[in-house]
Amino acid sequence: MPMVTLTIDGKEVQVEQGTTVLEAAKKVNINIPTLCYLKDINVIGACRVCVVEVKGARTLQAACVTPAAENMVVLTNTPAVRNSRRMTLELILSNHPFECLTCVRNQNCELQSLAEAFGIREVRYTGANPEHKEDNSSVSLVRDPDKCILCRRCVSVCEKVQTVCAIGPQGRGFETVIAPGVDMVLAESNCVNCSQCVLVCPTGALCERDQTEQVWAALADPKKHVVVQTAPAVRVSIGEMFGKEPGSVATGQMVAAIRKLGFDKVFDTDFTADLTIMEEGSELLERVKTGGTLPLITSCSPGWIKFIEHFYPTLLPHVSTCKSPQQMFGALAKTFYAEKAGVDPADVFSVSIMPCTAKKFEAQRPEMNASGYQDVDVVLTTRELGRMFKQAGIDFNELPEENYDDPLGISTGAAVIFGATGGVMEAALRTVYEIVTGNTLASVDFVDVRGLEGVKEATVKVGDLDVKVAVAHGLGNARKLLDALQAGEANYHFIEIMCCPGGCIGGGGQPIPTNYEIRQKRINGIYTADEAMTLRKSHENPAIQQLYKEYLEKPLGHKSHELLHTKYTPRGQFKVD
Amino acid sequence: MHYYRSHVLVCAGSTCVTSGCRAVKETILEGIKSHQLEEEIKVVETGCMGFCELGPLVVVYPEGVMYCRVKAEDAAVIVNEHLLKGRIVKQLLYQDPNTRKPVPLVKDLHFLSKQTKIAMRNAGLINPKDIEEYIAGEGYFALAKVLSSMSPEEVIIEIKKSGLRGRGGAGFLTGLKWEFTAKAQGTQKYVVCNGDEGVPGVFMDRSILEGDPHSVIEAMAVAGYAIGADQGYVYVRAEYPLAVEKLRHAINQACEYGLLGENILGSGFNFDVNIRVGAGAFVCGEETALLASIEGRRGEPRPRPPFPANEGLWGKPTLINNVETFSSIPPIILKGGEWYASMGTEKSKGTKVFALTGKVNNTGLIEIPMGIPLEEIIFDIGGGIPDDKKLKAVQTGGPTGGFIPAEHVNVNMDYESLDELGTQIGSGSLTVLDEDTCVVDLVKFFVEFCQEESCGKCAPCRIGTKRMLEILERITRGEGKVEDIEALEKLCNYIKNTALCGLGQAAPNPVLSMLRYFRPELEAHVRDKHYPASVCAFPFDSPCQNTVEGGVR
Repeated sequence: MPMVTLTIDGKEVQVEQGTTVLEAAKKVNINIPTLCYLKDINVIGACRVCVVEVKGARTLQAACVTPAAENMVVLTNTPAVRNSRRMTLELILSNHPFECLTCVRNQNCELQSLAEAFGIREVRYTGANPEHKEDNSSVSLVRDPDKCILCRRCVSVCEKVQTVCAIGPQGRGFETVIAPGVDMVLAESNCVNCSQCVLVCPTGALCERDQTEQVWAALADPKKHVVVQTAPAVRVSIGEMFGKEPGSVATGQMVAAIRKLGFDKVFDTDFTADLTIMEEGSELLERVKTGGTLPLITSCSPGWIKFIEHFYPTLLPHVSTCKSPQQMFGALAKTFYAEKAGVDPADVFSVSIMPCTAKKFEAQRPEMNASGYQDVDVVLTTRELGRMFKQAGIDFNELPEENYDDPLGISTGAAVIFGATGGVMEAALRTVYEIVTGNTLASVDFVDVRGLEGVKEATVKVGDLDVKVAVAHGLGNARKLLDALQAGEANYHFIEIMCCPGGCIGGGGQPIPTNYEIRQKRINGIYTADEAMTLRKSHENPAIQQLYKEYLEKPLGHKSHELLHTKYTPRGQFKVD
Repeated sequence: MHYYRSHVLVCAGSTCVTSGCRAVKETILEGIKSHQLEEEIKVVETGCMGFCELGPLVVVYPEGVMYCRVKAEDAAVIVNEHLLKGRIVKQLLYQDPNTRKPVPLVKDLHFLSKQTKIAMRNAGLINPKDIEEYIAGEGYFALAKVLSSMSPEEVIIEIKKSGLRGRGGAGFLTGLKWEFTAKAQGTQKYVVCNGDEGVPGVFMDRSILEGDPHSVIEAMAVAGYAIGADQGYVYVRAEYPLAVEKLRHAINQACEYGLLGENILGSGFNFDVNIRVGAGAFVCGEETALLASIEGRRGEPRPRPPFPANEGLWGKPTLINNVETFSSIPPIILKGGEWYASMGTEKSKGTKVFALTGKVNNTGLIEIPMGIPLEEIIFDIGGGIPDDKKLKAVQTGGPTGGFIPAEHVNVNMDYESLDELGTQIGSGSLTVLDEDTCVVDLVKFFVEFCQEESCGKCAPCRIGTKRMLEILERITRGEGKVEDIEALEKLCNYIKNTALCGLGQAAPNPVLSMLRYFRPELEAHVRDKHYPASVCAFPFDSPCQNTVEGGVR
């Protein structure tokens, strides 16, 4: 790659041809402020905050999209540049509701941060503002277009990373609004509820549907027996809301904090993650034996499920009939557990803490009522849980560690790795290998399926069979595998698909910011947690063994089918009245 | 071959169509039929003749007698008197307002005599639906010359020699653009013709597409040969259905005659042209927005580099030129770049088509060598200001251009001279304003246009034009504050310097030009609540109340 040398604020810097002025400036520790810029996803030069002076150019240039050129002379901090950035911010603020104090992104908003950094004390140009309707149709996320600054990050993520294209700019000019097309609301569109858009939104224009009030009400209701399950990914990220490094394994403190909130029982989704491996591993082996539809594709990611229901409904027979761990838990909580605890299932209020907003949609899918009641009553995201801790005045970092309750709190390392992309696959391989061969694994680590590469492939020798597996995270990567499958070119036995980049640790309900570096750190935390556990294979979980003995009888048995398996809904792409 | 003793040309440019030329043509045809003259007299529907003030127009050849403001009833008289008996119909002739004498022959029209028609050479003269009429005027000779005796490099040299600059408004050297695209890496390249012509009041591209579509098609094929492209697209705004129809017809005819398609004239060169129709967005005249629109994406500009010459349509090298630019190409090839460069000024070569409109006697399209003084255009070719009103200014370049105030009316019409005055040649819009025009009101109209047409991608244009407009609206409503002028100026300079594309960068131009030349008028609105032209005089019941010193309540 040829190199170019340019001068930025008097400093000479050499970069590869194709590097932008923004990136070149970073190399010499000049952080040009940005707003709409999102590395690799939204690089469009739209907001004009990152403008710089380039000698010889007629106008100010946006650093994020200007390629560095040989002998270019750039000035990033002249009066003209500062004045222009200030004006841009003032204009954006003139078009923005001044609701910071009551906004979900209060103190965590990029527009707020820039206004603060630039010392904006007055907005000189005020005028009319378009009035858009809030979109409350979705159970997962809320759109508040009045707060939108039209940075297009959400559109880019939905189009380029997730390849769903649920939202886009509608109308033109001043009246532009980011929305689903044809006057639809989110609930009517192909939105899969993943909230990757929420993660990248710089303001409060997009946020999760907050259901904490429902949980507070249940906790205060003496009649309710409130149980909670926590997803693997939450324990390596909840600490971020209290200043901990991303990826810090804060399981014990998280359990202690949740218990302080007043839940009757603090259980772990990891328990049913182990259960999922038992059921799904058996399902895989059965399909291999009986010539069933292969490849088998995992089904625990509800964003992924809605995606395939919309875009590839003919491939649904490939999807495992296993419910997600969340839903398996929900079904068991109001049957197996309620019986055991002697509680009327009608009084059991089942809460789950998830890194995910699509889980809110999953919980209220009409078929998720195997217990006779809505199996999971409320799903809260990691962000909502963190807010509950703050409201309760809990000093998270000072808490002593506590353990989950029995029996739905016992789990293995195979379960916790569900939170990372490749984790479900690795967990399944740990069990399938030992069950099929009867041998103990030399190493439980299947590193080939780990990591942030979009599509990963591996071949694992299991006895006489060369098991071919593939792992994809982010729906754009899922599409690659599905297109190959449709073309008859996907010769795998088993595919793991996670809706969100990085897997659940990168889910739409996770603390903001969630970027590439933070995803990597959280993934490291997941495998650290795995290594710290005594038991690392799902079939070794004594509580799961007990569950089968006492209640379910065997994997894919009658009771399993009743409680732990589900069916899907072909949705197609276009709403038909 | 059938010889007619007379050709009757009926102008059917869109303007004359709306004035009723179809009824005129039908009446003439009926008359010819009833007198059984079909074998002797041919009626030809042409494109825009350019004298739009005088339409509907009928020109009878071989004499070349021009009848203006022809109504259907008049058409019957033309048939009975002129076509049947050879007697000129005096009452339908053009009357020179200065000499008060009739001017029967079209070639004697003063309006025409100062013009040098190159891009508009065929419009108004030929039947655009008959390719043979185009060929008869050396049509497709340039393509033949290029394919048989010139290399692509030689073609580009000739265009460079001509000094032709993009006629759509940017004024970029055409030869240089062809050279960049020819040099770009890649085997698949495209030629695109920008027929979006969004500037209000400008209609030369429309007239060329309606009246001489083959000149554009031929030029695109020449360009394809020069840069190595085999596929062309003409992007026409949706509001030009006649242009689309004529273009489609011409493309089909050219294919039939083997002048488009595979192995043109046995040269081995292939070239196809397709039409893409716009959907009502001024911003799609911006080249990158136009390309996005062709690709089926939202018509929004993107930052450059990369430039379309290297990465254009579907990421491939793309040459994109304006209609008038293309239409000038065939004569350059046939007569040589030096011939074209012999006209105009040192840096602004050749001719430019201007749309002369507003408070001027002779409105219409004129094509003149670059460098002619504006004075001559207004008072000589244009025939001066009607009703003996005083010239206030000439607005050039449309909603993204500026004013040439009366004191600068002797400016030479070339790119550099107008840039110095703070305005542009742009697409060629020349709107004449007299003492009754309120500059503030006009500027508000232009800003409103840009604000409505803003694509909305970048904050300076999306929000900035709205805030500019709000200030101007308040001022024209009589609610202007003194601080508004400085605030407006700051806002304008910011938008000009920061917006992503040409629309935003140029939207403040009318305001800045007003601040440069008509600041007193603006100050009168804001400070004194006095409205010199009595246009914005909302608070007053009548203009005289407004103009009386001190006002009258």
